[in-house]
Amino acid sequence: MSTAAMGEDRIPEVKSKLIPIYVMGKRYDVPDSLTIMKAMEYAGYKFIRGCGCRGGICGACGTVYRLQGDYHIRVGLACQTVVQPGMYLTQIPFYPANRAVFDYETTPAVPESVFKAYPELFRCVACNACTKVCPMDVPVMDYIAAIKRGDFEKATELSFDCIQCGLCATRCMGEMAQYHIAQMVRRLYGGKIAPRAGHLAEMVSNIKAGKYQPGIDELKKTDVATLKKLYMSKEAREIEPNMSEDDWTPANRAYL
Amino acid sequence: MPYPEALKELIKKVEATRAVRVQRKKAGEELPFMSLEERAATLHFHPDIKDEGRREILVGPSKGYKIAHEYVDLLEAKPRVDPDKVDLTKADYETDVLVIGGGGAGTAAALLAQETGAKVIIATKLRHGDANTMMAEGGIQAASKPHKDSPYYHYLDVMGGGHFVNVPDLVEALVNEAPDVILWLERLGMNFSKYPDGRLKTMHGGGTSRKRMHFAADITGAEIMRTIRDEARNRSADIKVLEFSPAVELVLDDRGRCAGALLYNLETAEYFLVKAKAVVMATGGSGRLHVQQFMTTNHYGATFDGAVLAYRAGVPVCFLHTIQYHPTGVVFPEQAEGILITEKFRGIGANLVNIDGEQFVNEREPRDVEASAIIKECVAKGKGVPTPTGRFGVWLDSPMIDALLGEGTVEREFPGKFILYKRFGIDISKEPMLIYPTLHYQNGGLEYQPNGATRVPGLFVAGEVGGGVHGENRLMGNSLLDILVFGRLAGASAGRFAKEVDGPRKLSLDHVRKYVKELEAAGVGLDRMAPMLLPDYTLPDVKSRQLTAHYAGTLRS
Repeated sequence: MSTAAMGEDRIPEVKSKLIPIYVMGKRYDVPDSLTIMKAMEYAGYKFIRGCGCRGGICGACGTVYRLQGDYHIRVGLACQTVVQPGMYLTQIPFYPANRAVFDYETTPAVPESVFKAYPELFRCVACNACTKVCPMDVPVMDYIAAIKRGDFEKATELSFDCIQCGLCATRCMGEMAQYHIAQMVRRLYGGKIAPRAGHLAEMVSNIKAGKYQPGIDELKKTDVATLKKLYMSKEAREIEPNMSEDDWTPANRAYL
Repeated sequence: MPYPEALKELIKKVEATRAVRVQRKKAGEELPFMSLEERAATLHFHPDIKDEGRREILVGPSKGYKIAHEYVDLLEAKPRVDPDKVDLTKADYETDVLVIGGGGAGTAAALLAQETGAKVIIATKLRHGDANTMMAEGGIQAASKPHKDSPYYHYLDVMGGGHFVNVPDLVEALVNEAPDVILWLERLGMNFSKYPDGRLKTMHGGGTSRKRMHFAADITGAEIMRTIRDEARNRSADIKVLEFSPAVELVLDDRGRCAGALLYNLETAEYFLVKAKAVVMATGGSGRLHVQQFMTTNHYGATFDGAVLAYRAGVPVCFLHTIQYHPTGVVFPEQAEGILITEKFRGIGANLVNIDGEQFVNEREPRDVEASAIIKECVAKGKGVPTPTGRFGVWLDSPMIDALLGEGTVEREFPGKFILYKRFGIDISKEPMLIYPTLHYQNGGLEYQPNGATRVPGLFVAGEVGGGVHGENRLMGNSLLDILVFGRLAGASAGRFAKEVDGPRKLSLDHVRKYVKELEAAGVGLDRMAPMLLPDYTLPDVKSRQLTAHYAGTLRS
């Protein structure tokens, strides 16, 4: 079949074998080279839910499946997972998950803030079903453990690849929505614990004081020919070497 | 699927030249950047150049402007709803500010509007946060390091990348507001990649003179989106989100002021009226139109809707004659085709290499030049690498990164892509990636002022749906910046506007009736419907069996 028919591109004919998959129990024969998402579209589905970025990052297309004769529950993102013969699948495009509203400005970055917002944290029985079900290989149970220990840095690092698809919440015996808890922790860590960038605050105050405005005004008034000259000039627009260290400084500091 | 034998053989040619290329890089010997003349010659291979790809639009405020057929097809199209069928006397929702679009620009606008005291509704087509913002990987530009950079250099880079035709006032706002946006994100709890002392890590992107690309591993956009979305959710008392409810028409009042929008519930097929004192249009881009049948990196919902709506209401479009093709989209494996490979791979040092293992272009040219150079290498020089599906690509030599910066760098800096390829049996720290340009970004769009204002009072624009700041070509890292700078400015302006003006008077869809008359007079577009809302990937033979299905445009209802 041609993917041109999928509207994606003008790809010449690709010889693919048709294989049976079962979408919510109903059989469709689809080309074996397709992802679950494209296979469902091939079968005639038109997505409203369960489809987002189509690039594996938005978390809209979490999918649960089993293979024939196998009791294991498997998961994947529909846009990233290639179909297999005898796959029994359903998407879980939404799951009712508890999210605590908190006032970010006034909430202190201490473990108790999170414990108070999400007391269900302590219902974790360490069954690890969350980690097993994560399509991004995030060690969910481990970051929950880190949060319970109050180690926000570790929890931020471990949960960083979370795409908030919610599959962990579907499997949790403690009925928590792990990904919302992790989001709260990452924000408290990033904004209130991780060291701030001093140069950034300095730059913002320089700009507010109007330090660079004369330069900008000059550029705005300059004709295109002069602008082109400045742009190509190695003195006026010196290019920082690719392998330089962060403390590199340009020779011409006129507009710094 | 892993690389088949034929490709594995070709990879040996890349490996054969790698050591020398790594040495050169370490010694700071770069393949020279092109002169402006060389850039111009290379751009002859850009898809924008094809005259058969575009036509003049025959109706509306930008009548006579020549842009891609796919854009014209939607601008010259009938509304989804007959204005006579809509009861404008009772609103289903009333609010101060209506934000159309729930991506980065819309969410930033909602937050800043709320801070002016406004009640806000975000209407979004899919889920809150389902947007191209989420997919932006590489980074966000800002001159944040006073010892080597300033908005002056950022300004020069933006103008040069955009062919010197960008709207100066917009560029000025972009570069001056940039560091404040980064500070705002840092304070909201975004986790940028930092040195242990808190300094922000920065790197180059195509067309930057200083390393000013800030990032959060390789999921910068996702980290931004989930942070600001989380903050919007904390303010749910003032910011209400209506998901799966795209706008299908703007509503004006009898003074011609924007006064809300008509929304469509994708699940129940009902239409709802939102009355608002100000509206922010932040619907994003249009990759899903597959201009010239290109594959795209874009989100499922990137279908040009906001441009269509605002154009009907009287806002001109500009810079739409150029479209950005991202130089590096996946061309193999087929399952991942079109997926974006962040420019950060090149920013950090990976070369682009042809079938003979030769580097043919500096990997940090502006995007349009880089993409054109790749197309030229494949189409004109015949040095492309053939894929099993009969297409061509060139190698992005990711293993160079580990050679330059140490074992494990690829896995650490690009966890998302590392996992993606691992699933296909490809280790990108050891094998290069096969790439080709992919439809990525709508450079142009609706005309707007730095504060977001448009020719229609009460209607503000932010983000990719607008045009002008990037001129004819956007640089890497300036789209995440654009959406936040102008999202914040538009949101604050809309909030103030809502406070200062009296509420909407008699609501009207007369502008739509007038637009239909224009279409009729020109004899175009009467068989088409817009906005598109969702792309149509249903196969013709499926459709041929849907004997009782009703299609309204691309939607089956």
